Amino acid sequence: MIAIVDYGVGNLFSLSSSFAMIGAEAVATSDPGVIRSAEKIILPGVGAFSDAAEKLRLSGLGEVVCEEAGRGKPILGICLGMQLLFDKSFEYGEHAGLGLISGAVRPISDVIPKGLKIPHIGWNSLNFRGEHSELFKYISEGDFVYFVHSYYAADCEEAVIATAEYGAPLTAAVEKGNVYGCQFHPEKSGRVGLNILRAFSEI
Amino acid sequence: MITKRIIPCLDVRDGRVVKGVNFEGLSDVSSPVELGRYYSECGADELVFYDITASAEGRRLFSDILTEVARTIFIPLTVGGGINTLDDFDRVLKCGADKVSVNSGAIRNPELIYEAAKRYGDQCVVLSVDVKRVDGKFTVFAKGGRENTGMNALEWIRHGVESGAGEIVLNSIDTDGVKRGFDIEMLRAVTDIVSVPVIASGGAGCIEDFIKLFRELPLVDAGLAASIFHFGEVKISELKARLAEVGIPTRI
Repeated sequence: MIAIVDYGVGNLFSLSSSFAMIGAEAVATSDPGVIRSAEKIILPGVGAFSDAAEKLRLSGLGEVVCEEAGRGKPILGICLGMQLLFDKSFEYGEHAGLGLISGAVRPISDVIPKGLKIPHIGWNSLNFRGEHSELFKYISEGDFVYFVHSYYAADCEEAVIATAEYGAPLTAAVEKGNVYGCQFHPEKSGRVGLNILRAFSEI
Repeated sequence: MITKRIIPCLDVRDGRVVKGVNFEGLSDVSSPVELGRYYSECGADELVFYDITASAEGRRLFSDILTEVARTIFIPLTVGGGINTLDDFDRVLKCGADKVSVNSGAIRNPELIYEAAKRYGDQCVVLSVDVKRVDGKFTVFAKGGRENTGMNALEWIRHGVESGAGEIVLNSIDTDGVKRGFDIEMLRAVTDIVSVPVIASGGAGCIEDFIKLFRELPLVDAGLAASIFHFGEVKISELKARLAEVGIPTRI
């Protein structure tokens, strides 16, 4: 069973539907017991980093995710959920993340040329980095996925497994041991996205 | 490289897809769930559902249909029509919408854009504007194009973006349903003044119209159409293959 962590941020309907579509059992839950008993964990999230980080901290669910990650359980952070895996974010100030992957979340305006629209929104193709990740076993380099974001994960070279070109190579996916993250929305990326979720469910 | 988006729009009334020429003479086309699935499989980059139902019963039906669509289709879904309050945002987002499009509701209450952007983020709020030339001036029309508000369209759009709208759907009433191409002049006036994505709507009749749109206006992010897709006059797979052929970035 896959636990989709429900900490009051964002809509979990599409993620739940995606797992139902690929035939993987998944439940959206805020119950620490259910999260601890799950085989895998999805950390979703949309909205502001500081707000989400605060909710994770106050609910105690951030701590549960970190403990389970420490036990080697596969974790997949999606969009803001991926950004929360890092040490910190510079979105409206400086805020601490879960620190499961070293790096910092910074505005994409720092690295992309002026004139490109922000947020980076729409379908962009994946350029793989390093060794072929398990997460990508059912997809190919160049496949398109759907992005919506204004911040990106920086200072995390070693963990990057895919980038997307938007005037600069932006971090699209990361992997560090059993901890994975996608900046894009696999639940909104058609067949390619479902295949990424299927690969994660089989790790 | 980010791709240009091709977006079929489905007008839904009492649970069925309809499409009018110049917003009048609606005719039933198909089931939203079936049509949505078809589009998703043939390469649509996003789907827009407009609820043009007037009754509460029709609205409930729309919510049910939307939930069903969102359960089976895994590309971004935008919902518009009858969005007047934050509760309306909440209702359609819970049914699985990713973005919510406001039009007449924002004209009546401009605060709605700001309030919704604050609660759900800019990326969630799409400002849809129906525009027609009146005495040579781009003028905003409300209520599905039936009511002249007298508002200057460019000022309204600029205000909407400043309030937090994350995308603009510009529908030219002058070219809508005519099938002789998008309103390049009107679209250029809008891309000149905003930095958020602009989605062109109204006037597409053939594949060449999309090529002309993206060639002449590189700042336009997406092309939206309804009847030409519903009636199969333009097949999305063929459209995208052709866009790729002429070097316009496309998701194939």
